[in-house]
Amino acid sequence: MAGDALLEVEHLTMRFGGLTAVDDLSFVARRGEITALIGPNGAGKTTVFNCLTGFYKPTVGRITMHHETGDTFLLERMPDFQIPREAKVARTFQNIRLFGGMTVLENLMVAQHNPLMRASGFTFGGVLGIGGYRAAEREAVELAEYWLDKAGLMARADDAAGDLPYGDQRRLEIARAMCTGPKLLCLDEPAAGLNPRESEELNRLLLFIRKERDVGILLIEHDMSVVMGISDHIVVLDYGAKIADGTPEQIRNDPKVIAAYLGVEDEEVEEVEHEIEETAAAAGGEGTA
Amino acid sequence: MASAASPASARRPAKLAADLGVTALLSLAIFGTMVGLRTETIPGGLELQPQWTSALALAAVAVVGRLVLHLTVWSRPEGAPPLLPMGVRARVEQAATGTGKVFGPALLVFALLLPFLPFTDRYILDLSILVLTYVMLGWGLNIVVGLAGLLDLGYVAFYAVGAYSYALLAMHFGWSFWLCLPLAGILAAFWGIILGFPVLRLRGDYLAIVTLAFGEIIRIVLLNWYWFTGGPDGISGIPRPSFFGIPFDRGEGGFADTFGLDFSSMHRIIFLYFLILALALLTNFVTMRLRRLPIGRAWEALREDEIACRSLGLNTTSVKLTAFATGAMFGGFAGAFFATRQGFISPESFTFIESALILAIVVLGGMGSQIGVVIASVALIGGFEVFREAEDFRMLIFGVAMVLIMIWRPRGLIATREPSIFLREKKSVSGALVAQGEGH
Amino acid sequence: MEYFVQQLINGITLGSIYGLIAIGYTMVYGIVGMINFAHGDIFMVGSFVSLIAITALGLTASTGLGLTILALILVLIFAMLIASVYGWTVERIAYRPLRGSFRLAPLITAIGMSIVLQNFVQIAQGARVKPLQPIIQDGYTIMRRVDDQGEFLVQISNMQIFIIVLTTLLMVVFSLIIARTPLGRAQRACEQDRKMAALSGINVDRTISLTFVMGAALAAVAGLMFLLYYGVIDFFIGFVAGVKAFTAAVLGGIGSLPGAMLGGMVIGLIETFWSAYFSIEYKDVAAFAMLALVLIFLPQGLLGKPEVEKV
Ligand SMILES: Nc1ncnc2c1ncn2[C@@H]1O[C@H](COP(=O)(O)OP(=O)(O)OP(=O)(O)O)[C@@H](O)[C@H]1O
Ligand SMILES: [Mg+2]
Repeated sequence: MAGDALLEVEHLTMRFGGLTAVDDLSFVARRGEITALIGPNGAGKTTVFNCLTGFYKPTVGRITMHHETGDTFLLERMPDFQIPREAKVARTFQNIRLFGGMTVLENLMVAQHNPLMRASGFTFGGVLGIGGYRAAEREAVELAEYWLDKAGLMARADDAAGDLPYGDQRRLEIARAMCTGPKLLCLDEPAAGLNPRESEELNRLLLFIRKERDVGILLIEHDMSVVMGISDHIVVLDYGAKIADGTPEQIRNDPKVIAAYLGVEDEEVEEVEHEIEETAAAAGGEGTA
Repeated sequence: MASAASPASARRPAKLAADLGVTALLSLAIFGTMVGLRTETIPGGLELQPQWTSALALAAVAVVGRLVLHLTVWSRPEGAPPLLPMGVRARVEQAATGTGKVFGPALLVFALLLPFLPFTDRYILDLSILVLTYVMLGWGLNIVVGLAGLLDLGYVAFYAVGAYSYALLAMHFGWSFWLCLPLAGILAAFWGIILGFPVLRLRGDYLAIVTLAFGEIIRIVLLNWYWFTGGPDGISGIPRPSFFGIPFDRGEGGFADTFGLDFSSMHRIIFLYFLILALALLTNFVTMRLRRLPIGRAWEALREDEIACRSLGLNTTSVKLTAFATGAMFGGFAGAFFATRQGFISPESFTFIESALILAIVVLGGMGSQIGVVIASVALIGGFEVFREAEDFRMLIFGVAMVLIMIWRPRGLIATREPSIFLREKKSVSGALVAQGEGH
Repeated sequence: MEYFVQQLINGITLGSIYGLIAIGYTMVYGIVGMINFAHGDIFMVGSFVSLIAITALGLTASTGLGLTILALILVLIFAMLIASVYGWTVERIAYRPLRGSFRLAPLITAIGMSIVLQNFVQIAQGARVKPLQPIIQDGYTIMRRVDDQGEFLVQISNMQIFIIVLTTLLMVVFSLIIARTPLGRAQRACEQDRKMAALSGINVDRTISLTFVMGAALAAVAGLMFLLYYGVIDFFIGFVAGVKAFTAAVLGGIGSLPGAMLGGMVIGLIETFWSAYFSIEYKDVAAFAMLALVLIFLPQGLLGKPEVEKV
């Protein structure tokens, strides 16, 4: 069912020594929706992802995943590798992290490690050739083919992932994340460095994932055409704190966002600078309090 | 040796002369002290025995060698075709891919026939057994270093655990080889897990040094736990293998007698040869099989990018532990074989240099390449034998060869990687794309 | 109590030697990120060169104090010089061609170089241990107690004073070099970011070479100390000392000079106390076990900066 809360982030705060990278952030991402997380460089977006996926332990805050079965998972308490496995949160990385020396297909097979491991009788059955491993592997290859097809990478299935052009690598990373069977997909700047045509392909892929698979997407993106074009809901971060939260329409017209992020008209510069200072001061004040 | 960075320097006589002058000075400093002045113990102290001729000769060799390098390798203009035009390089490359498919089976057939070939004598067979032992150890370590990308400098510890487990079990309980062999492997794997558990969280080089330390700890314990391991005297009289219960003895009930053959001491050697061949092939078979299973893919993925692995739900600790334990198990098997073959073991057989040798075999062969391990073992162990006459010099030559081969081919002899699964067409992955673990 | 103090003095002496070797490991690791496996053997070479020089000068215990000091300074300088040549050459031959190559390649050449150096010295100088008559003798009794069980003495030998004073002096000098000179600045720049350093006009190759030279010179000092302190050396001393010194470097926090010295002290003390109170056979086990424990619970070492995994 689209519209239910899928991911709930409450009072998330992450400090590195004296630096508060994420500051009391709360928001909700809904099932079957694309939620965009935007903000200027260094705003703390990637840090939020790292907290969601267990790479960092948040200083304060609660992160809850709700499955439609009613199960809930407190992500901040789970070890990183259990988050994709149990809570079904998958992610991509800002600086692509593929298994460059393995083929595209192998990358997608690794993503299905856990079910395949079970099917291979935790290797013992697989080595001896007993149990249903062959069937399971065939299924896994089929799933991989499905996502290869959707990502437009079918022709490159047997090439080394490190050999692919940049845009293909981006889509492969998404396909790989989808092969884990996620309920929430976190994408860190998937459109960065893409040309307009690749960007268009990416949009289509994301819309497909949202619509056909009923997967919630959390998207970090700088490219406003992507963000405004496909997101249902936008959260704006600045200096780690949330400064706005709403539909693309609302965000487009929010003066704080315009000031902090979208750029401003020449004659408004002074006024906006003043405003930024106020916002920053307010954010800073809250951070230290 | 000052300015080799720019090959053009060789063509300017003044610069070349200066370069050679520096070389001469440096090599005089190096050889003049260490070779030119030999310290000899005499009653009441030490005296120096000058050996200037040797020192000067060595320095001259260094200077001439550098001159030759300047005039040949380093003086070719940038972009000139490589010295061995597609020659050796391409052929080695081919061995990995195209001809690899023929090469492997051909090698296997040769290995199966070897004991029966006319020129095969005891010496060749003994040497082959030694080579095969290192092939097996190389394959075992390849799982840890080549596939999982975990740098293990203490692999010999598991070899030792296997050897001692076999020796002690066989001596104290009188159990047969075929019972002790799996036990030795299991014990080694068990130690792999015990040692691996605390250290596998460490980054690459730290892991290397801790495994080295563990290797040394195990050796020191073997050396000092006198009542259990025999200390430096080791364990002797380890039961020799029998042909499934039939001993290789002269006379009644022995192998020759039972099969109606004339007694020959070669029977045991041939049996040992096939034993280690079978064990090595088992290692290879299991490794190849594991590579196609999720666990093997997880090992390789771990080598490529650990963080990505975790983001896909792989429990990297257990992935690492299984690699460590599997590698250790094969090391343990090899150790058990070593013990039964020698009939005598002592801590001296399990020094760091063994670990270094096995690692060198894996890296020189090309990380993760099974056939590369075979080539490297034959080259290193065989080469070692070639220089048998030069007793004193062979370790030196071995070290020099290690350095030179590494500089010549930093990725090892066979640098391409075969994918574990393919959709339409199997394409080898170029070595330049394959990571070596720990994000490098 | 007296026994404890005595062991403390012995431990600090040994720790000084490990610390000096450890500095070479730590500096090289800091700059090029590799374990210079041959460094322990450079220490061994330094020790042999010292032995050759001492024999050549005919230095014995009966030489007068002034002459002994003068001669030892000469020996020290000579050993540092020759060891530096070794260190420089090893870097030039075995590591520089592989710079920027795969991580394992230089490790293998380093192991190869270690084998080469050991066997070179073995062939050139013979495999048997070389004894040296004590040159610096006597010492001071700093504590003394007599009770019904006998007499307890705490002594510090002139040798130990020599080692501790020289180590302290060298530490000061090298810290100044790192902190104040252009070379030190270049080193720190290369440590941070080699590409940026090269772009801002630092000769990276030269800086790295000089790092190896500095490490080798310090290892030679340690070699001389080892020779004088223990009185016997052979071609294999570099391995164990090298592993322990690397342990010390890691223990102190790799990349940190004071850390290397501190790590050396800790290893020296552990080893000495373990030998004194438990069993001498297992002293190396104690040192290595310490390494494992520290790495597991404090991976950045005692004085190293904690490393945050950047995702
Ligand atoms: N592991 C870390 N240790 C210390 N500081 C960190 C760490 N990770 C992130 N930071 C700091 O937190 C702040 C937010 O970084 P983050 O990467 O989350 O920004 P971002 O919004 O993703 O920026 P960009 O758009 O450039 O990707 C930055 O100042 C960064 O330096
Ligand atoms: Mg970011």
